[in-house]
Amino acid sequence: MMPELVILWTDALIFLLVAGILLFAGYARRREPLCAPWRKVVRSRVGVASLIVLFAYVAVGLLDSVHFRAQDAKGVETGEVLSLFDRIASPLRTRQEKTYSAPLALHLYAKENIETPDGNTVRDYPRLEHAGSHLATGSAAILDQARLLLVGAFEGLLLWAGVVALLAGLLAWREGSGFLQQMEVLFTGDEEDIPWTTVLVMLGMILVLGAASWQLAQHYHLLGTDKVGEDVFYQALKSIRTGLVIGTLTTLVMLPAALLLGMMAGYFGGWIDDLIQYLYTTLNSIPGVLLIAAAVLMLNLHMDNHAEQFGSVQERADMRLLFLCLILGVTSWTGLCRLLRGEALKLRELDYVQAALSMGVGHFTILARHILPNVGYIVLITLVLDFSGLVLAEAVLSYVNIGVDPTTYSWGNMINSARLEMAREPVVWWSLLASMMFMFILVLAANLFADAVRDAFDPRLRNER
Amino acid sequence: MMAYIIRRVLYAIPILVGVNVLTFVLFFVVNPPDDMARMNLGIKRVTPEAIQTWKAERGYDLPLLYNGQAQGLEQLTGTIFFQKSVKLFSFDFGRSDSGRDIGYDISQRMWPSLAIAGPVFLIGLLTTIGIALAVVLFRATPIDLTVVVAAVAMMSISGLFYIIGGQWLVGKLLRLIPISGYDTGWEAAKFLVLPVIIGVVGGLGSGIRVYRTLFLEEIHKDYVRTARAKGLSENAVLFRHVLRNAMIPILTMVVAAIPLLFMGALVTESFFGIPGLGSYTIDAISRQDFAIVRSMVFLGSVLYILGLLLTDISYTLVDPRVRLS
Repeated sequence: MMPELVILWTDALIFLLVAGILLFAGYARRREPLCAPWRKVVRSRVGVASLIVLFAYVAVGLLDSVHFRAQDAKGVETGEVLSLFDRIASPLRTRQEKTYSAPLALHLYAKENIETPDGNTVRDYPRLEHAGSHLATGSAAILDQARLLLVGAFEGLLLWAGVVALLAGLLAWREGSGFLQQMEVLFTGDEEDIPWTTVLVMLGMILVLGAASWQLAQHYHLLGTDKVGEDVFYQALKSIRTGLVIGTLTTLVMLPAALLLGMMAGYFGGWIDDLIQYLYTTLNSIPGVLLIAAAVLMLNLHMDNHAEQFGSVQERADMRLLFLCLILGVTSWTGLCRLLRGEALKLRELDYVQAALSMGVGHFTILARHILPNVGYIVLITLVLDFSGLVLAEAVLSYVNIGVDPTTYSWGNMINSARLEMAREPVVWWSLLASMMFMFILVLAANLFADAVRDAFDPRLRNER
Repeated sequence: MMAYIIRRVLYAIPILVGVNVLTFVLFFVVNPPDDMARMNLGIKRVTPEAIQTWKAERGYDLPLLYNGQAQGLEQLTGTIFFQKSVKLFSFDFGRSDSGRDIGYDISQRMWPSLAIAGPVFLIGLLTTIGIALAVVLFRATPIDLTVVVAAVAMMSISGLFYIIGGQWLVGKLLRLIPISGYDTGWEAAKFLVLPVIIGVVGGLGSGIRVYRTLFLEEIHKDYVRTARAKGLSENAVLFRHVLRNAMIPILTMVVAAIPLLFMGALVTESFFGIPGLGSYTIDAISRQDFAIVRSMVFLGSVLYILGLLLTDISYTLVDPRVRLS
C-alpha cells in the first residue's frame, strides 16, 4: 500500500517556490533580456561553483520536504511522519547508540561497567552497537574504513563519469554537434562560455565526497554521536532543510507586503507615502532580536494555551518554523520596502509611465505592468543577499531559545546542545564542528553566489548596501 | 539649526507612540493577562483565585483600555494601557514579573554592557578602517585578493563559533584569562579581554568588506584624480583626501550605532556571564518575564531613534553641503 503523503505548511510553500522558479525559467528562456544576467552569473567561475554547492544542499532539502506517514513492515501506520530523505538515510536514523561516541569510533566515549563472558565486571569503554558491527572481533577498523573510503570514492567517480556523459549528450543534442566534440569542450573549457572545467571539478568533488561519506556513514558514525546517541551526521543533514526554509521562505512570506507597500509609497507619494514610511520606520526602530523574542514568547504562550489546534508534534514544530519565518520577515521587510520605494519614485517620472497615465491607464495597472517588472531585480538581489544572514540568524536565535522548535533539527539547536559539551573533559567537539562546517559551507556558497548575482544584475547597487 | 533639531525630535514622538501601541498589542491583546498568569503559575491545576492574586500583585488586573468602574480621569489612567505602556514614556519601567525594580536593574547593568560594547566598537572601527585602507592601498594585488577572500570566509562563519571556539581556545586551552565571570572596578578588565577580542574578530569580515567598497568608490572620484595630478604621493592622497571625504558615509553608519551600545551584546554577555543588559534580556526571555522584555523593547527603540537623531545632527556638522532647510 502506498504510504499516505503528508504536506506540511512549509513543504507546500517550498514547492510553490520551486514551481515559481521553474515557471519563471520557462518564461524567461525565450526572452533574451531576462536571460542575459543569469548567463553572466553562470559564466563566472565563482558563480557557477557556488551554484553547484547550493544545488547539492537544495537537493537534500527537497528530498527532506516530501513527507509521508511511516508504515512498518506489515503496512500498518506507526504514527510517525517521515520524509523521503529519512527513508533514504534510514541506516543513519535508526542506529541509536547509548551516548557520546567520537567520529568513526568503535567504542563509547564514557567508561561503563561491562560484564565479561566469564562473569567478572571490568570498567572499560563499551563497544558501540552499530559501528563496524560487521567487523570480526579484534580486526582493525582503520583498514575497513580505508576500504570503504576507496569504494565510496570509486562509486563517486563512476557517478561523476555518468553525469559528465549525460551532460555532454545533452549539450550535443542542444547544439546539434557530436558527443566527442562536446566532451572536448567540457574538459578544455571555452573562454566565452560557462567555465565547464570548474563545473566538472566541483561536481567531481561533491560526488566523490558524498559517495565516500555515504559508504562510511552506513557502517560507522561518520561524525560521531550526540548525548542521546543519535548520529551527528544525520542531524547535520536534516538541519539543511531548516536552514533553507528560513533563508528562502522568510523573504518569500514578506514579499507581497513589501512589494505592494514599497511600490505604492514611491508611486503615489503624498499621504500614502508618509503613512507607509511611518509604518516601516516604527517597525524598524524596534531592535530586531527583541521584536523576535517578544513575538516568539507570545507565540509559545498562545500555542501552549491552544495546544488542541495543532495536531502532531511535527505539525506543531512546522507551524513554529513558519511563524519564525513570518516574524523574521516582519523585522526584515523594511529594507526591501525602502529600496522599492526609492526605485518606484524614480520610475514614476519616466516617459512611458507618464504616457500610460495620460492615456488613462489605471494606477494599479501601471503598477503591475510598468513598475513591477522594473523592480524585479531589486527583489531578486535582496532575496539572494538576505539568505546567508538569515541562515546565520537562525543559529543565534535557536541558541537563545527563541528560534525553531527544540524538536526540529537545526544547526542552531545542535550548537545550543553542544555548548555544554565544550566544557566537558575530555572535550566533545564533533557536534559543534559538524554543525559549523555544514553551516559555513552553505553560507559561504550563498555569499559568493550573492556577489555574482549582484554583479550581474546591478553592480551599482553594491555600493548602496 | 535649532529649529531643525526640534523638528527631528518632534518627528520621533509619533514613532515612539507607534512602538508603544505595537508592544501593547503584542503583549496584552494577543494574549490576555490570564494566559500570562496561567503560564507563569504552570498550566495545570490553576485556581481562578491564584490567577487573580498573580494579576493583582503585578497590576495586570485592570481593564485593558477603559476602566468603567472608576471616576473621572481614573477611567483612563486606571488601565493596563496607561499603567504599563504610557508610563514607559517617563522611563518608569515598573516592576518585573518577579518583583524587581526594572529601572534600577537597567541603570546597574548598562555599565558592564558598555564596558564590552564600547571597546569592541572603537577597536573594531579602527582595525577595520585601518585594514580596509591598507587593502585599498594595495588594490588589485594578491594582498587585496587574499584579504577579500579571507573577509568573505570570515563573515560566513557564525558568530557563535567565534564565541564558543574563542573561549575554548584562549580560556581553556591556553589558560591565559578566566573563562567567564565579572568583577567590579578595574578588576573587571581581565574578564573583558576575551569578549572584546571575540567581538572585534567576529565583526572584522563584514566590516572590511563594507569599508573597502566605500573607499574604492571614493577613490574613483574626480578630486582624487586632481590630487594625483598635483603630484601628491599615494599615501597623501589616501590619508589626507580619501579618508577625510569618506568620513561622511562612515559617520552615518557609525553614529546611529552608538546609543545602541548600551543594549549590549546578547549572546556574548550571557555566554561569558557578564551582568549586562544583553544577558538581562536573555535571562528575561528564558524566564518568560514579559515586563522586562517589554521594557527592553521600548528602551531599544528609544536608543535607536536617538541614534537616527544624532546621525542627522552629526551630518550637518561634518558636511557643510547639507542644507538645513
